[in-house]
Amino acid sequence: MTVPGLDNEVVRDLYARFGEATFVYQATRDGMPTLWVGAERILEVLRYLKGGISKPYKMLYDLTAVDERLRKHRQGLPDADFTVVYQLLSVDRDMSRAGTPDIRLKVALKGEFPHLPTATTVYANADWYEREVWDLFGIVFDGHPHLRRILLPPRWVGHPLRKEHPARATEFDPFVLDQMRQDLDQEALLFKPEDWGMKKGTEDEDYMFLNFGPNHPAAHGAFRIVLQLDGEEIVDCVPDIGYHHRGAEKMGERQSWHSYIPYTDRIDYLGGVMNNLPYVMTVEKLAGITVPPRAQTIRIMMSEFFRITSHLLFYGTYLQDLGAMSPVFYAFVDRQKAYDVIEAVTGFRMHPAWYRIGGVAHDLPQGWERLVKEFVEHLPPRLDEYQKAAAENSMVVSRLRGVAAYDTAQALEWGTTGGGLRATGVAYDLRKARPYMGYENFDFEIPVGHKGDGYDRLMLRIEEMRQSVRIIKQCLENMPSGPYKADHPLSTPPPKDRTLKDIETLITHFLQVSWGPVIPAGEATTMVEATKGINSYYLTSDGSTMSYRTRIRTPSFAHLQQIPSVIQGQMVADLIAYIASIDFVMADVDR
Amino acid sequence: MLDWFNAHPHLVDSLIESVKAIVVLLVTVVVAAWMIWLERRLLGLWQDRYGPNRVGPFGLGQVIADMIKIFFKEDWIPPFVDKLTFIVAPAIAMGLMLLMFALVPVTPTWGVAHINVGLLVFLALAGLEVYAVMLGGWASNSKYSLLGGLRVTAQTVSYEVFMGISLMGIVMLAGSFDLRHIVEYQAANGWNIIPQFFGFCAFVTAAIAVVHRTPFDLPEAESELAAGFHTEYSGMKFGMFFVGEYVGIVLVSAITTVLFFGGWSGPGVESHAWLAFPWFAFKCLCFMSGFILLRASLPRPRYDQMMAAGWKVCLPLSLINLLGTAAVVVAGAHGA
Repeated sequence: MTVPGLDNEVVRDLYARFGEATFVYQATRDGMPTLWVGAERILEVLRYLKGGISKPYKMLYDLTAVDERLRKHRQGLPDADFTVVYQLLSVDRDMSRAGTPDIRLKVALKGEFPHLPTATTVYANADWYEREVWDLFGIVFDGHPHLRRILLPPRWVGHPLRKEHPARATEFDPFVLDQMRQDLDQEALLFKPEDWGMKKGTEDEDYMFLNFGPNHPAAHGAFRIVLQLDGEEIVDCVPDIGYHHRGAEKMGERQSWHSYIPYTDRIDYLGGVMNNLPYVMTVEKLAGITVPPRAQTIRIMMSEFFRITSHLLFYGTYLQDLGAMSPVFYAFVDRQKAYDVIEAVTGFRMHPAWYRIGGVAHDLPQGWERLVKEFVEHLPPRLDEYQKAAAENSMVVSRLRGVAAYDTAQALEWGTTGGGLRATGVAYDLRKARPYMGYENFDFEIPVGHKGDGYDRLMLRIEEMRQSVRIIKQCLENMPSGPYKADHPLSTPPPKDRTLKDIETLITHFLQVSWGPVIPAGEATTMVEATKGINSYYLTSDGSTMSYRTRIRTPSFAHLQQIPSVIQGQMVADLIAYIASIDFVMADVDR
Repeated sequence: MLDWFNAHPHLVDSLIESVKAIVVLLVTVVVAAWMIWLERRLLGLWQDRYGPNRVGPFGLGQVIADMIKIFFKEDWIPPFVDKLTFIVAPAIAMGLMLLMFALVPVTPTWGVAHINVGLLVFLALAGLEVYAVMLGGWASNSKYSLLGGLRVTAQTVSYEVFMGISLMGIVMLAGSFDLRHIVEYQAANGWNIIPQFFGFCAFVTAAIAVVHRTPFDLPEAESELAAGFHTEYSGMKFGMFFVGEYVGIVLVSAITTVLFFGGWSGPGVESHAWLAFPWFAFKCLCFMSGFILLRASLPRPRYDQMMAAGWKVCLPLSLINLLGTAAVVVAGAHGA
């Protein structure tokens, strides 16, 4: 009998190094090698994968957990109350197409509030992820430097992603905010430098601690950074997130597979249907649906439209944060033009929730070619104009060159993806590295920077818009004919043509619309190159109408965690430029 | 009654002069307020949008509506501020700006004060202007205001150094600190902008920095310091800072016109004296629009970059200008 997973080279390497008995192999729907490891050996394995193996896994892509206590379909898996899941990514492997670019490691944990050693000693960016897991699951990471709540308020009681935690407000006692509670809550939010190992001053001078946010015009949402200032120079800083947390992952456990789609729109709220994409693709993987080519091309086209609208907003607000007043208005005019097309096609502007399991909501409207054509002809000259008028302005260049620069190694260490990673000179774009939805059929380039500074991040995104226009143009010229939704029983809502002709189809349709589809048990992840970096959904189905666990890995979360390491020693104005150059939205960070 | 007037001609003269002074200053404030409208409309034009166009013809009534609103706002003083300084600061801002305007010779016959060292007084008052924002920033007892106050102090002090120097070339050419005399000199010898071009560049830079307009609006850099030194201000006290800033722009435009562009002089003024004011107003309007255009087009430099530009570029430039002018004046004197 062959050992499962041995066809995979990284699994072979691990077996050779640590012995087969260390691991349990799990087959998943997405084919990503998934190995269970004991809590006592996980650090060793992580260290080997990061440093020991050839073509190492430099990036801790995601770290999350699953409450396994109510899960029914877990045949062949190690016994566990909770599982901590690590997903590692090797950009090297992905770019050279040698070996498996991802590996998923799982640690089975027993007990009510289990412990395991922190991975912060191996991957720096495990810090926030472990805080999040502690916050939401109550799993303790021994040795973590600051294991405190990150998404929820400091005085929150309970760990909401545990299965026993209520999912609806009606299951709680009514909320009352009296004066005492308000005082205590505010008291808890006071920043105490000692808690973070910060000095209040040196012998000669005191530092100023400045609360930047959560309400600040340049914080791009409800985001707070506490700055330790020496004059205008930033000595250190502590980002504080969670002010925009809505519990999107918990909601995933109470919505049907279909009715969750609108929630995904609101994760990266500038990304529109781009957010639907990884979600529906994951559900399709679990359900085994193949999407017809026309639906694929429509999805690509609309995703690229949203990439453009998101980048236009980035461009406008970036320059506005540098003090230039006008660009944002021009950007919004063009953004409106894109929204006109989006509106005509999907019926909505920012949050169309338009992709469906198995395809898209409806076919392209009559006359869409003219609208799209007008837009792709309109935008490129405008982009040239922007570049000349603002982006190449010498004051802009002097504000951004060399500001908040980091190299590829730092980017990988902090889990930075998207434009922030490409600005350091790596042409890593999932649309090329791992084409999905038929991106392999398109002709486009991946712009890269070379200095990794704020200016590269600006120019790179302007160029990305040009490439998106190129992709949209190709969609326009080569739109395949055929159905816009897969002919599959789990496509939602299912094709209705035959419902009035035979009773079986009618019953299936009725159940699907009233209950929602029942997705077969399994696990899958889909990563896409979203507007702000790599976004992915890791879904666990327990064979029900709802997801058992919905994990949303967003790029912005990782990018914000990187801030202190990049900005130390620079000025307040540089921080503003840096924050704007990251291109994040808080909804994407806090979920 | 008439006899009494005839018996006291000095009293009558001073009465007329007082009325003139009040008219000039009132018009200044009205123009400054109206400039808010102009700025919003021009920005709208340049930014592909409308700007205020609802109240009155072309939205001209917008300023009145805003005034009414701001007058009726609660005059709130945050509990943590230093009360006296907090109240005095905006009054200083507005008061000094108007005081400086008193020096501007509008036409041959109009103008509030005629002082033979007018330019010196102007520079001295401009130096005091820093107290308004500094005190405002300090009294607010808020960190953002403090940072704004610090920035403005450093900025104003650095830029004033060469603002004075950049104007000394004109003083040499005209041989006087008297603003009226400088205008008359230009009417006779051609505008100062040509011989004093570098002085002009340095002066305009410094003047924008002193009234902290874009691109030198670092003290109130919205994206960095919320609203900088006036973060804690609201109602009429904010309004005074706000209108004060616009009076500042009108003032800088007027002073630039007087010093470099021949003030009221222009074709046809000799034969038709009434043309003096239209010429003056037209020149000022051009500069005011120019400042608005600057705001529409430029980003903000970083604090250290702005300081470097002041000390390393503008200061040497104005010094060279001063030396060059001195050399020319001396050579001219020997030649004659």
